[in-house]
Amino acid sequence: MEIFWYVIIAVVLAVFFVLDGYDFGTGIIHLFFAKKEKDKEVIAKSAGLFWDSNEVWLVAAGGMLFMAFPTFYASVFSGFYLPLIIVLWLIVFRAIGLEFRGQFKYQMWKDIWDTSFGVSSFLLALFFGIALGNIVRGVNLGSVENGVSAHEGHYFFLPLWDSSFSPLSETPGVIDWFTIIIGLISVVTLSIHGANWVILKTNSSINSKLKGVIFKLNIALTILTIFSLFVWQIVNPNSLDNFIDKPYLIVFPIVYFTGLIGLFFIKKIKKNSHAFVLSTLLIVGGITSSLASLFPVILPSVNDTHEHLTIYNTAASEYGLSVALTWGIIGFILLFVYMIIQKRLMGGKIDNMDYGH
Amino acid sequence: MEDMLFYDRLQFAFTITFHYIFPQLTMGLSLLIVYFKWRYLRNNIEKYNNAAKFFMKIFAINFTMGVVTGIPMEFQFGTNWAKFSELTGGIIGQTLAMEGMFSFFLESSFLALFIFGEKLMGQKLHFLTGFLVFLGSWASGWFILATNAWMQHPVGYEILDNGKFVLENFSAIFTNPWLLPAFLHNQLASVVTSSFVVASIGAFYVLRNKQTDYGKLFLKTGVIFGLISSVLVAFPTGDWNAKNVAKYQPAAFAAMEGIFETEDAGAEIVLIGQPNMVEKKLDNKIAVPNILSFLTYQEWDKQITGMDQFEEDELPDNIPALYYSYHIMVGLGTIFIGVMALALFFLWRKKLYNIKPLLWTIMFLVPFPYIANLTGWYTAELGRQPYLVYGLLRTSDGISPTVSSGNTLFTLLGFVALYMLLGLLFLVLVGKTINQGPKPQIH
Repeated sequence: MEIFWYVIIAVVLAVFFVLDGYDFGTGIIHLFFAKKEKDKEVIAKSAGLFWDSNEVWLVAAGGMLFMAFPTFYASVFSGFYLPLIIVLWLIVFRAIGLEFRGQFKYQMWKDIWDTSFGVSSFLLALFFGIALGNIVRGVNLGSVENGVSAHEGHYFFLPLWDSSFSPLSETPGVIDWFTIIIGLISVVTLSIHGANWVILKTNSSINSKLKGVIFKLNIALTILTIFSLFVWQIVNPNSLDNFIDKPYLIVFPIVYFTGLIGLFFIKKIKKNSHAFVLSTLLIVGGITSSLASLFPVILPSVNDTHEHLTIYNTAASEYGLSVALTWGIIGFILLFVYMIIQKRLMGGKIDNMDYGH
Repeated sequence: MEDMLFYDRLQFAFTITFHYIFPQLTMGLSLLIVYFKWRYLRNNIEKYNNAAKFFMKIFAINFTMGVVTGIPMEFQFGTNWAKFSELTGGIIGQTLAMEGMFSFFLESSFLALFIFGEKLMGQKLHFLTGFLVFLGSWASGWFILATNAWMQHPVGYEILDNGKFVLENFSAIFTNPWLLPAFLHNQLASVVTSSFVVASIGAFYVLRNKQTDYGKLFLKTGVIFGLISSVLVAFPTGDWNAKNVAKYQPAAFAAMEGIFETEDAGAEIVLIGQPNMVEKKLDNKIAVPNILSFLTYQEWDKQITGMDQFEEDELPDNIPALYYSYHIMVGLGTIFIGVMALALFFLWRKKLYNIKPLLWTIMFLVPFPYIANLTGWYTAELGRQPYLVYGLLRTSDGISPTVSSGNTLFTLLGFVALYMLLGLLFLVLVGKTINQGPKPQIH
């Protein structure tokens, strides 16, 4: 039952990063590449129409995590206190950037909210990557110093950074050179994803240029990926064990690399939706490969005093999980129905849809 | 340690207060939007459709605010109340996860369709999407109230040796005797807020002599809905809740009613007075004898336990705040019934639109239902103190063990600054929408 909920939450999180991921990516593209007002408007709109229904996936993931793995939820949310609250603030700035830009016709007004949307999207992409890096690297559970625990073994508190900026420190912080690399991978991946979304959903004048941008970003992503695979081994030497024990898990990295290789042919791909699928593979493959390499651990401990947090030592009761399974199935069926209805009515390019006035 | 508890509580109080400005409007307003849309389907008068669409714009702004201020609420359980989350997550995680699953997905999917899809779908489907948004927003209220009801009056649980609450009976959570009255009271109170908003905008248009046909429609609708909901909030639902408090949280009941000493005969009801915590009495008290006993138990001479019968650490830790919250809520609720009854009388005599003082009153009353809703929640939450889970888990035992008060103060200050900005933008946007009015603009 723990495994079941672990998979469900992983899927919900992956869906969140695929859906809201294109909003973040759209924000980054908007920040760096949209120059003409007409393009700015339509690109912002391609995120603005969808961000709130996409964000619901984050709320759903949070709720399910709380329900299924309350100890993990309590530990991680209090341990990553500062970065999480900062992410909440950025989410607000992203949202109001999108919602307010169209409210008044002054250029200055629009510029303010465009910047708010763009910069917060960029930082959100970076922070979510850093978060993944932290999960992979592990934390100092129990806040052990000189062999003495300051808290119960499943609690910790991370500063934003440790003076060494090293993931190998005994008391690593949220930001170190390893998590920054994962953060950059996240920024580049979501930029590619966002560019694909803009091409898919709009007729903006930079669409053809964006294909070239995707190609260049993909080169950068390839270099970062290869580099990260090496440092990953330094930070978490056991990360390949799962793939050796259970060779079928290799499917997740294959998903990632399919996306990565496929995107090199971006200029030859005729159907825009196919390119979008490829960047979706990148996100899904990246998240699932990372989780698979840790399983069943969900937060490693960097000290020897306290054991890793796993899906087993943080889960709610068996009865609670199985009750939730019943309503969860009903809920997902309903959700599927909503999505089909929405898709049928709101597919296609959004240039002429009325929004924000 | 004291500092940490203080800042954690202050941050939660501040963020939830600001958050609850928005859902209390959207829940009630969705009902009125469905009503306007339904009238349009029946009578085909364009005015009703425009009214529905106009309030959907106001709804959408509030919905956005509700979403962005709501996510911090869900996260704060983990960030600031980690121990509470760890111990009770197996139970309240259920209801919170169900809220996401059954309410937010429904609400957000169909809100977009309601706003953008009228031409694509035709009128009947458009009505249906509006109805589903209403359903989603009320479902959200239901799950939040279920969560809160469990904290007020825990049921269906088992406590393990390590202090963890585990779910023992899922359906008990939803048949909790605390839940239904609290839900109805809360939802009706949100209808009060939205009726006052609708009536207030109507009064504004009539007084300003601008789009008066809409002004009159809004006034009429707002007054009728406002009177019905104001009455129902007080009786039976308010009464029912008060009886629940008396039954399940007698210490909170004594504190909110301001009963310091247990009287042998029936208890008086306090109308006005200031709690004096040093001398343990009410200053400047005006009270009516025996009424409280009658209201609570339908017996004039029934004894009601005063605060003197409880241990200090069983009483709510901020008695004056609790007492004032409760009395402000009740006082305002009474005024709402009076004003709306008067307005309905003049509406019936076809004079309402010409009685300017009454229109001004209705227009300026608009902040007060918000205050009444919030003080109602303060009453519930302050009354539950010093517990998070009534009688079982103390508030001081629920905070995050690793987050320092300095960090919480930092984030609290950030939230204050950010929400000031949000509040300003919100007012500008709503003001702009009201100023434009419901009449379709010609492009």
